[in-house]
Formats: sequence, C-alpha cells, structure tokens
Amino acid sequence: MAEITQLIHKYLRHNKKFPLVFCPGCGHGIVLGSLVRSVHALGLNKDDVVIVAGIGCSGRIAAYVDFNTVHTTHGRALTVATGIKMANPKLTVIAVMGDGDAFSIGGNHLIHAARRNIGVTALVLNNFIYGMTGGQCSSTTPEGAYSHTSPMGQLESAFDIVELTKAAGAAGVSRGTVYHVKELDALVADALSRPGFNLVEALTPCFTQYGRGNGFKSAVEMFRWLKDSCLPIERFEKLEDRTGKIPLGSFVRRDIPGLETRYAAMCEGVRRKKGGAA
Amino acid sequence: MGRNRVVVYPDWCKGCGICAAFCPKKVFAVGLDGKAQVVNEEACVNCGFCEPHCPDFAVMVIPENDVPETPEPAPTEAKEETL
Amino acid sequence: MTAPRKKHREAFLLGNEAVVEGALAAGCSFYAGYPITPSTEIMECMAKRLPHVPDGVFLQMEDEIASMGAVIGASLAGRKAMTATSGPGFSLMQEQIGYAAMTETPLVLVNVMRGGASTGLPTSPGQGDVQQARWGTHGDHPIIVLSAADVPECVEMTVTAFNFAEKYRTPVILLLDEITAHTREKIDLPEPGDFEIFSRLTPTMPPEWYKPFEETMRGVPPMPPIGSGYRFHVTGLTHDALGFPTSRPEEVRALTERQFRKIDRFFEDIQLVEHVGTADAEVVVIAYGCVARSARLAVRQAREAGVRAGLLVLKTLYPFPRRHVEPLLRSCRLAVVPELNMGQLSREVKRVNEGHTVVRTINRIDGQIITPSQILKEIA
Ligand code: SF4
Ligand code: SF4
Repeated sequence: MAEITQLIHKYLRHNKKFPLVFCPGCGHGIVLGSLVRSVHALGLNKDDVVIVAGIGCSGRIAAYVDFNTVHTTHGRALTVATGIKMANPKLTVIAVMGDGDAFSIGGNHLIHAARRNIGVTALVLNNFIYGMTGGQCSSTTPEGAYSHTSPMGQLESAFDIVELTKAAGAAGVSRGTVYHVKELDALVADALSRPGFNLVEALTPCFTQYGRGNGFKSAVEMFRWLKDSCLPIERFEKLEDRTGKIPLGSFVRRDIPGLETRYAAMCEGVRRKKGGAA
Repeated sequence: MGRNRVVVYPDWCKGCGICAAFCPKKVFAVGLDGKAQVVNEEACVNCGFCEPHCPDFAVMVIPENDVPETPEPAPTEAKEETL
Repeated sequence: MTAPRKKHREAFLLGNEAVVEGALAAGCSFYAGYPITPSTEIMECMAKRLPHVPDGVFLQMEDEIASMGAVIGASLAGRKAMTATSGPGFSLMQEQIGYAAMTETPLVLVNVMRGGASTGLPTSPGQGDVQQARWGTHGDHPIIVLSAADVPECVEMTVTAFNFAEKYRTPVILLLDEITAHTREKIDLPEPGDFEIFSRLTPTMPPEWYKPFEETMRGVPPMPPIGSGYRFHVTGLTHDALGFPTSRPEEVRALTERQFRKIDRFFEDIQLVEHVGTADAEVVVIAYGCVARSARLAVRQAREAGVRAGLLVLKTLYPFPRRHVEPLLRSCRLAVVPELNMGQLSREVKRVNEGHTVVRTINRIDGQIITPSQILKEIA
C-alpha cells in the first residue's frame, strides 16, 4: 500500500512549496491524489497530460503536479482547455475547476463545452462555497445554507451539476466524493479514457469556509456526512425517502466523438474533395 | 494483524484528523502538536484507507511482507536554489 | 520588407479580408472568435480558409472571453493564433489580454473600431478604442498596438502583428476602423517570401535546465509548445523564473521590469511610422487609420497652396513613437492631430510636446469621416 503515497510523490513537483496550500482537512488534496492515480493507471505520459485550472482553491492544484500545467483566469479554464485540445488533439487535457469557477462565472463556457463535446475532462471540485475569497455563496450552495453573502441563509436554489451538464449534452457525467476515493479514482479514470466532454463532479468538503458556518464541528464530521448521505445511484434509486441523500456514480455515458475528431474528419473531407476536383 | 509499518511525515501533516477518525484499528491519534501520531502501529491491518484519504500525502503504510525499504523522505525545502 | 517582386495574383478585397491574407501569410493556423460588426468578415473568411490550411483550426466560441481563452490555449500549444472583434467585444476581451501579457503568450487581436461607447454606431467608423487598447486591461503591462490605413496595409500590418507577437512574446492589438475594414481595394495577394516571417524561439537546452520565465539577453525567454517534453507551470499570478507563484518583492519586480524591458529596448524595431514630406515641414499632421488617408490628400493640397505641410502616419500607436513625433514638434510651428474620437492619441502628442509647439486637434464623433478639406482648413 505504501506505493499509493510513493506514487503520488513521483508526480509531485518537489521544487514547489509543500505542504499544499489547502486548509487542514480540505478534500482538494484527495482529488489531486485521485487524478494522479488515474493518469498513472491509464499509463499516460507526463508530457502528454495538460492540467488547465481556473481560479480559486481548486486552481492551486495545478502548480503541484509535474504535468504541463496552466493556471488560467477565473471561470475560463475550459476556454483555454478547448484551445489547447483543438491545437493539439493528441494531448490529454484536464480542466480542474471549482463550483464557482465552473458553474457561476464560467457557467456559459461549461454548457458550451458540453454542447460541442470538446475532448476535455472536466473535474469540478464542488465544495458549495467560494473558499479562497473567504466564504461567499456560489451557484451550488444549497438553499438555506449560510455564507458571508447569505448571512440569513441562501434564498436561491442550487445548480445540480450532474443534471445541468447532462442536459447540455456532455458525453459523460459522473459524481464522486473524496470519502469514496476508490470509486472516485474509477470515475476519473473512466472520464479520462473516453472521447468527448466528460465531467466528474467531486464533492469535497470545505470546513473552514462552509462547514463551520453550517453546523459542522470539524472537517472529519464533514467526511462523516459524505459517508452517511452519499450512496451509489443504484441504491439511491431504490430509496423511498431520498431527502438529504446524494447519488454517486456514472449518470451518462454517451458515445460522442470529441469536437477535435469531428473537426479533423471535416478537414480531411474538404481536402480530399479539393484534391479530387483538381 | 501484522507488523506493518505506519509512517506520518510531520512536515506535511496538517493534523486534520481524518486518519485518526476513520482508521478502523485506531492506529493514529492527533497529538498536542497538531500532527497525527502513530500510536498503535501493531494494530494496522493494511486496510487501504489512510493513504488515499490523507489530503496531504503525509501517511504511508509499509506492509510487513514488503522488502524493507527506506521511504522517500518528504522534501520540505520550498524552492530550488537558482543557479 | 518586400523581396524582389514576383508575379502576384491580384484580388479586390475588403480590409477585413486582407487581414486574413496577412494572417495566413504570417503562418496563422488558429482562429477563435465571436461575430460582431464590423469585424465579422474576418471571422467568416477564416471559417472558409482555415480548414484548407494544414492543421488549421477555426472555432466559433460562445463569447469574446472564450475566444481569447481558446486563442491563448492554442498559442500555448504552439500555434500562431488570432481573434478579431469590435468595441463591446474588445471590452470583454480585456481580462484575457492581461493574462496573455502576464504569461507572455503571443497572440494577435484585431479590433475593428466602430462609433460610440456601448452599442453606439455599429456600422460607422470610430477611433475611440485607442486608450483602451493601451490601458484597457488591469494592472501594469506592456503591449503593442498597431494600426492600418488601407487595404494593402491590412496585409502588411497583420503580418507585422504576428511577427511582433512571436518575437516579443506579447499580445499585439491591431486597430482598424470600420472604413479601413470595409473599403474594397485591389491588392497583390501575398506570396511566400514577400514578408520576413518570425516564429517564437523554442528552447534548445534539455528540459530539466529550462526555466520558462528566465531573464535572457533580449528579455524574451524561449517558449516551447505544450506537449513537447518541457513541462512547466503557467500562471497569471506573479511568478518566479520557474513559473511558480511568488509574492517576494524582488521576484515580482524582476518579472514586471523584464516584461517592460523586452519591449522598451526594441523601440527602433517596433515603432513604425511613415513620413510624408516632413523633412522641411513647418506644419505637421499626425494621423493613423482611415484619417491618415484624408490627411494625405490634405497635405498634398496644402503643399500645392504653398504651405510646407508634412504628414506623419503612425503605424505603431503603442509603444508611442515618441522618437519620431518629438523632433517634428520641435521643428514645426503647428501640429494637427485629427482623429475619430474626442482626443485620445492627441493626449500622447500633447504629453510629448511639452510646450514646444501648438497642437491642434480635429475631433469627429458623429460616425462620419474626417474629410481632407476639414484637415486642409486647419493647416493652410
Ligand atoms: S489525514 Fe494526513 S494530514 Fe490529516 S491528520 Fe492524518 S496524516 Fe495528518
Ligand atoms: S492501513 Fe488501515 S488499518 Fe492501517 S493505519 Fe491505515 S487506515 Fe489504519
């Protein structure tokens, strides 16, 4: 088992400042671990992997891993990822974003990335809050939850990331949590190996900015909450009372070639036609 | 039950307590210094929980039947000296 | 610039279409954009042409922010990439211009200026984005801003924009106006060899020695395409030589100063102007874009009327070509700056003037062009 930690160390940039900038008990490090294990399991070459991150706590993940890493502007990770993938389809491009990043400021880019099915894997680290700016509500903050900008409780309803991305046409959509790491590893690896736009929502607790203000006593308690309230979709569907329960697993797996593949085919067709006519 | 070796890198551990709370054999405890300590190494059954769940890559479990190896020390130096 | 003339194919093109010819001649193989009048022909033309270019990629994105993002991504992956827009879209792109400047990502952005703030006069010319081109994005950053006055210049200045972007690892903004973009003129289509084409330097050292944001002789570090074995970190945060975020004052200062120095040391190369009869001029007109065409005629007519008038056409707007403007302000008794705004480039002329001569402005903001006679009235 030691190989798990050793493996991660092989992918970390040791000339970067450690430990990670994240707060104690923040799940982001676990997602990073999942990402590294998935890349390793698929046997991808470090040179061919690109991490494109947005702004926020999740955005800081990129700097720590020894891939090609790009830390972009807030909400725009998918646009840069789209440019990279179209420019060089051979690369495995992974966009790492937070909930505010991907679904608030970057919501437009996300639905369009899903619609055009660009061959990028989106890893959305959903902690229900803007962590880096100090705990403001985001578009996934549950109704009624407290934050510095919803001090009387969030009035607006939250996005369901899975449903939204599914409706936008993504090739694959799944949800995991940092408590259910093995399953998360499998979901990330699956997303990485499939064509088209594949999104994995990873529920990752933020005790500092979300948990403390919403009745959790510690980060550990938030992990317990994940353990108790999340369950595989098959079991979730059999439940009579689903209140407070969150389904996990793969929700959509459609076989849609990535935009880069369809574009290349179109260009080839165009050139062949021209060649034939000449 | 075996003689698995359990190591915590204090420089990287942030004392979040996840290992201590969820280890089925109560191998860890968070000490007064805010770092996880291995308090019950003999009890470890190599269940596979703590390593992937430590958000800071600070735990390592070396199973008894593994060739004894010196774990790579976690570097603490912030930056590479520029030439 | 131009090699011995070969036989050229002629074409009757819009300024916008000429931009595409220039871009392709410069090696552009990636375009991402969002339709907006009066720049749309650039996009439509790219959509037709790029699928025929080897590895050419054309993308219509969901907005201008995304367009810039895709262009930045493509450039990081080694492509010569561009986008084009107009007024409101240009404002949306500003955040990403700052990112490109901070990460030293080469790209070309063509902004076809139209009238007014906001939706304003979408189908009329304007020159109201000059200061925005220089200072639109946040924070201190170097930038190169170019302009073109007619259709052949659209080709030439687009090529120049790509060359500067690649040479200096910087975003380059090419400002056109609705008149220049929508005027149809006969031009010689560029042939290979017509222009000197510059591509970014890539590292030659082994990857483990490579420092992506290191100080170099020219101040421009080599830039490998993503996926070529040089793995490094790119961030919009202030960063050290390795690309990792830093807030150490000495590292922050070194980064910002190098980013300015890499442009400032090459003013001679970057600051392009055209002198028309300025050698003996006592009155000088300083103009750019479509206004420079009116000014050309006005200056000729003034000469015919016996006034020693000259014209300085600015092809580079920023870094402001002080070295060309200042001597004229010292030797002329009058400088006239006509522009289609309330006075944007004239601010720079006045700044450089320092009381040497009289600077008069002609400002027009009603969506109409400044006519030669309007300029002539001021100089003769
Ligand atoms: S899970 Fe990791 S960081 Fe948290 S207390 Fe245990 S060893 Fe320390
Ligand atoms: S491997 Fe399992 S039993 Fe052993 S220390 Fe880790 S969590 Fe406890």
